[in-house]
Amino acid sequence: MSAIEKLPAETLPDNGLLRFLTCGSVDDGKSTLIGRLLFDSKTILADTLHAIQSTSAKRGLDVVDLSLLTDGLQAEREQGITIDVAYRYFTTGTRKYIIADAPGHEQYTRNMVTAASTADLAIILIDARKGVLTQTRRHSYLAHLLGIRHIVVAVNKMDLVDYSPETFAQIRDDYLAFAAELGIADVRFVPMSALNGDMIVDRGEHLDWYDGPTLLEILETAPAIHSAHAEKFRFPVQYVCRPQDSANPELHDYRGFMGRVESGELAIGDAVTVLPSGRETRVRDIQVLGESQPHAVAEQSVTILLDDEIDISRGDMIVKSGELPMVSKQIDAMLCWLSESPLDPRRKYLLRHTTRDSKAMLAGIDYRVDVNTLEQQAAERLVMNDIARVSFRLAQPIFADPYSESRGTGAFIVIDESSNNTVGAGMIV
Amino acid sequence: MNTAMLSQSGQARLSHLDWLESEAIHIMREVAGQCSNPVLLFSGGKDSICMLRIAEKAFRPGRFPFPLLHVDTGHNYREVTDFRDRRAAELGERLIVRSVEDSMARGTVVLKSADEPRNKHQSVTLLEAIEEFGFDACIGGARRDEEKARAKERIFSFRDEFGQWDPKNQRPELWDLYNARSFKGENIRVFPISNWTEIDVWQYIEREHLALPSIYFAHRRPLVRRGGGLLPVTEVTPARSGETIEHLMVRFRTVGDITCTAPVESDADTVARIIAETAITTITERGATRLDDQTSDASMEQRKKEGYF
Repeated sequence: MSAIEKLPAETLPDNGLLRFLTCGSVDDGKSTLIGRLLFDSKTILADTLHAIQSTSAKRGLDVVDLSLLTDGLQAEREQGITIDVAYRYFTTGTRKYIIADAPGHEQYTRNMVTAASTADLAIILIDARKGVLTQTRRHSYLAHLLGIRHIVVAVNKMDLVDYSPETFAQIRDDYLAFAAELGIADVRFVPMSALNGDMIVDRGEHLDWYDGPTLLEILETAPAIHSAHAEKFRFPVQYVCRPQDSANPELHDYRGFMGRVESGELAIGDAVTVLPSGRETRVRDIQVLGESQPHAVAEQSVTILLDDEIDISRGDMIVKSGELPMVSKQIDAMLCWLSESPLDPRRKYLLRHTTRDSKAMLAGIDYRVDVNTLEQQAAERLVMNDIARVSFRLAQPIFADPYSESRGTGAFIVIDESSNNTVGAGMIV
Repeated sequence: MNTAMLSQSGQARLSHLDWLESEAIHIMREVAGQCSNPVLLFSGGKDSICMLRIAEKAFRPGRFPFPLLHVDTGHNYREVTDFRDRRAAELGERLIVRSVEDSMARGTVVLKSADEPRNKHQSVTLLEAIEEFGFDACIGGARRDEEKARAKERIFSFRDEFGQWDPKNQRPELWDLYNARSFKGENIRVFPISNWTEIDVWQYIEREHLALPSIYFAHRRPLVRRGGGLLPVTEVTPARSGETIEHLMVRFRTVGDITCTAPVESDADTVARIIAETAITTITERGATRLDDQTSDASMEQRKKEGYF
């Protein structure tokens, strides 16, 4: 039975949600792979299917062209280029998937960085005829840099190498050699033919020598936990709820601190410290929609009430006492520059970290990384798609953890106040 | 209420609906935290009904930090506008209604013909409302799965002073660090349920026991067949001479402008039955479904238009 033969959803355990990234160029069969996942998971809605059926027919095709499912913007079709990250959705009845489909070309490093920032897993496509290429190294480096812990190497177009186990083994060995250099620990390999549907959802008939899981089986069992070993409780305050004008007099003293748990867990009664004041108190209640709940876990949006009246506003952070983050006005980070205007070392930018903003100035560029060779080079300035190790000086302290421990409290964006545009993405080291 | 579960490794994680809901709450709170004068678009349709539930979870026991706004085409089903008014009153939140017909009276909307669909004209009225109230952010219920162009739109989507979206010049959006900054006259559209699909919406409606306007459920209604599709016979869409009026069991998948919202034949009278119909499990089953192709085209077009709000 195929992994996703449908049962009524309510009888199946809900295995949560997995966000993954697909890296590769159109030539690697990426659109066909995504189309195959959407199509074979049988969750395409009738109207979508109808649209691609009629487009296929108009183009004189007698089969449905699955790559049409990922057809892009009108502007992209007109110009024959892929500009941007697209998000696609499918479900297997037990798990919901969000695919971030990023263009693979070097010029679009910033798009891949964007797509990778929210992904738990990356599928790196390799054309079996071509093996490990420069772009494979680039994609793997970026996925690793953005903290994606699970890498799946999809060796596609196996039909064009006669489904050769030797070719597959060679590509696997080549890949493992440089994955070790990068420090990528969790990597899995699947031989496949997206065109024929082999080893994606169904096993197909051509790869009997491969006894590992299909791509979908890997996706179904991958842990969807965003911060594997960051279990320190971090709660950036987004909004303070003070319903003084409520008709209910009981609410006149209500002060609820609203936000989303970035990592860790919290229980009523826990001792907490509020930053930047450093004041300590205990958790009086944890609420959703005014109802009390004993715990809050990572990624939950809740409202926290505290025992003592402490002045807290947006941008402050509630942490467990004894698990304090780094409090600093100087940060070292890996920075990806996203803007067509180069990073200007003389200018002040706005740095947004969790719910906190601070003015920031570049303190130095240690080195720039060549994303193809991974060489470290000296650099005076940064232009779009550059990745570099830098340091910033901040006007206000931020409460941070290394990105490798916690995405939520290790990531920041850089905003140019003259345009209000987001111009940089940083990961604190 | 959120229900955290334990995975095999013993770490708590959220079900997919809990995760989507939490993401949407986080987004709404970011709007409240970053914007000075936001508004939430509420039409009485199913997506915006979910949005109100999310807003309750985001801000209760406080009031919503924004009013609700409906841009009324004047071509709405009565069941939907009644529902809209009732729901806003139940929540005790302020509802602003601005009408395309007022824009027509002002001369800012000019119809080519009197019975032309008015959905696309909503954007004029919306921009007029944005200017009237000085809104710096509009929170809407559009989803990325609705339409191809949407798949690439940001959750916080910047619009210039003409309300235009420039897909080639979007702000990068990384992690959950949203940038809602704008200059005066500019506007940010925010889509908290970007990552939801139609099925997610229906599952959420079921889980949260959300009330919907009655026309979402199967009911008998007079219709004519035109251009291969089913068209409701109403005051604004009378039968043409020579057309036969049939009385069929139908439901609406979207509830926009009467003149271009086609129902589908269905006997799904509960949310669970709608979910079963919406989750089309196999292609062959789909071939047998009563979802007539012309009708799905019309629905698609409708949703595209809704998306442009």
